[in-house]
Amino acid sequence: MEKSRDMILKVYRNAVAIRAFELAAHEQYANGLLAGSVHLYVGEEGIASGVCGVLKEDDYITSTHRGHGHLIAKGGDLKRMMAELAGKATGYCKGKGGSMHICDMDLGILGSNGIVGAGLPIAVGAGFACKSHGKGQVCACFFGDGASNRGTFHESLNLASVLKLPILYVLENNFYAISGGQRDLTTLTNLSERAKAYAIPGETVEGNDIMAVIDAAAEAVERARRGEGPTLLEFRTWRHFGHWEGDPDARLFTYRDPKEHEEWLKKDPIPKFRKDIVNGAYATVEELDAIDRKVDGEIEEAIAFAENSPYPDVSILTEDVYA
Amino acid sequence: MKSMTYAEALKSAIRSEMQKDPEVFMAGEDISVMGGSFGVSAGLFAEFGPERIVNCPISETAIIGMGVGAAAAGMRPIVELMYLDFAGCAMDEIMNQAAKMRYMFGGKCRLPLVIRAAGGATVRAAAQHSQMIEGMFTHIPGLKVVCPSNPADAKGLLLQAIEDDNPVMFIEHKALYSMKGPVPEGMEKVPFGKAAVLKEGTDITLVAWSCMAGVALEAAEKLEAQGVHAEVIDPRTLVPFDRDTLFDSIRKTHRLAIVSEAVKTSGFASEIAAMVSGECLDELDENIIRITAPDCPVPYSGVLEDAYVPDSDAVMKRVMELF
Repeated sequence: MEKSRDMILKVYRNAVAIRAFELAAHEQYANGLLAGSVHLYVGEEGIASGVCGVLKEDDYITSTHRGHGHLIAKGGDLKRMMAELAGKATGYCKGKGGSMHICDMDLGILGSNGIVGAGLPIAVGAGFACKSHGKGQVCACFFGDGASNRGTFHESLNLASVLKLPILYVLENNFYAISGGQRDLTTLTNLSERAKAYAIPGETVEGNDIMAVIDAAAEAVERARRGEGPTLLEFRTWRHFGHWEGDPDARLFTYRDPKEHEEWLKKDPIPKFRKDIVNGAYATVEELDAIDRKVDGEIEEAIAFAENSPYPDVSILTEDVYA
Repeated sequence: MKSMTYAEALKSAIRSEMQKDPEVFMAGEDISVMGGSFGVSAGLFAEFGPERIVNCPISETAIIGMGVGAAAAGMRPIVELMYLDFAGCAMDEIMNQAAKMRYMFGGKCRLPLVIRAAGGATVRAAAQHSQMIEGMFTHIPGLKVVCPSNPADAKGLLLQAIEDDNPVMFIEHKALYSMKGPVPEGMEKVPFGKAAVLKEGTDITLVAWSCMAGVALEAAEKLEAQGVHAEVIDPRTLVPFDRDTLFDSIRKTHRLAIVSEAVKTSGFASEIAAMVSGECLDELDENIIRITAPDCPVPYSGVLEDAYVPDSDAVMKRVMELF
């Protein structure tokens, strides 16, 4: 597809913002500013930034437990995100949600989700609303290889296909459902083959090749906006860290193969994207470096904002249960 | 007022709301040409078409999840679960998604979702198609729980449920669908959290909802013949619960019997007993009585099922032990 400089630079900014945010979260988790379950997206940035690069502001997304990247790519505010991770009153959810439940309805983000595979049927509903409202909106539903083994995947793809809903089912295959290897837990080489069962297009794409992610997502979005129904896109990728902050595999390789890990680190999506941007004459190295510096400043601000924000007053404990 | 059945009253509410608000739609199994397993949506498919009476595959997870997503994206879905027992197939969507989204997201989300389901025994449907598990849903903050006992309340409460901005478990009773009674023709809603005093009395308060409200009323008539004046209260909604009407009644009668079709242990009858013992124990002259189903699954054989479900004779006999 024809890619505008503006779009490419937005995708690049989001990819580096996700990387910087996650590295900061990694550090702040170690420092004790963050607690609980934090699942980092380092290494997988190409998928969220590429897919959201072709979405409009009024399109919807559903996200996962590993959701920071999706939120940033859809326009999430770094300060309010970091504050939420720190459990502060200024966070997106006033400290009630934490890393796994950040949501911004105004940006069409229908929530990250602590239950693996729970976003798939929610996306059916969002897709139904998009179709019903007739404004050409779509919903991108992010989920992983582990979620693709849940009943929610199969029920949702079938229903979305039957109702011809404008949905991108974005399968982020990082090959491990916590410690469970995709090659041990399924018998398929490409999980996108499951699309055949629902008579929808399915494609497996290198998720660390951001230009390829943009192309695949753009085609699926156009198809959805034309009213031709959902698409299953499988993006192959790799998480650079553990499943969660604290996963011993990150240091000891308790379930992943260190050689395979090394190979994937060489396929880091961001350096490749920088090369592709410069080679494609979308921007110069200096321009990209300037974006990096700006992002670094934003991350510093986000950390300071989170650190300096107050914790929620206990009086809000039982608020927000009902509308 | 117009005489109609409980099922017709429910349909009348759905139809009125669908005519009034284009965001209201129905999704569920067998709800189109078949008109629903209990006939509630009969004729609605012909009137509103497949875009608004969405006939779904046997995919409870996807159906309820679709309701959650569509509600989050601005619609007012009414999803039909057919049998209440099937909530087991969609419990994540009910318990972890619908009920918690608003709170987890710091109050940023509105979820106007009605989940309709038929509970209750007496039709020889056996263990997996007969349960009253309303108490389970009252244990999940974020859900409202509604149990209409007659046609007028069925309509008025459903109108309220559809216009409510929260997820509502709307629990119908399959033995009541053919019950006839006067129903207001307009859009008069029955407010949540307002009990109905079905019969006034001075000697004992009987609390009962759904099908048991009629049983309690019948028992009260039998008690009259024995000189005992029972007051019968139907809370109509368990969440929110009308404590004031109940406590006022206890201050008058000084005795309490709770009649429930659910099994005894950890049912909502237990919650009412705890509520009363915690807040107006000194008004009671006798121990609180719980008349419930026994702690076993619902049996099939008529002889056994009749012994399982409390009837008016059982209620009367147990109450007469106090006099």
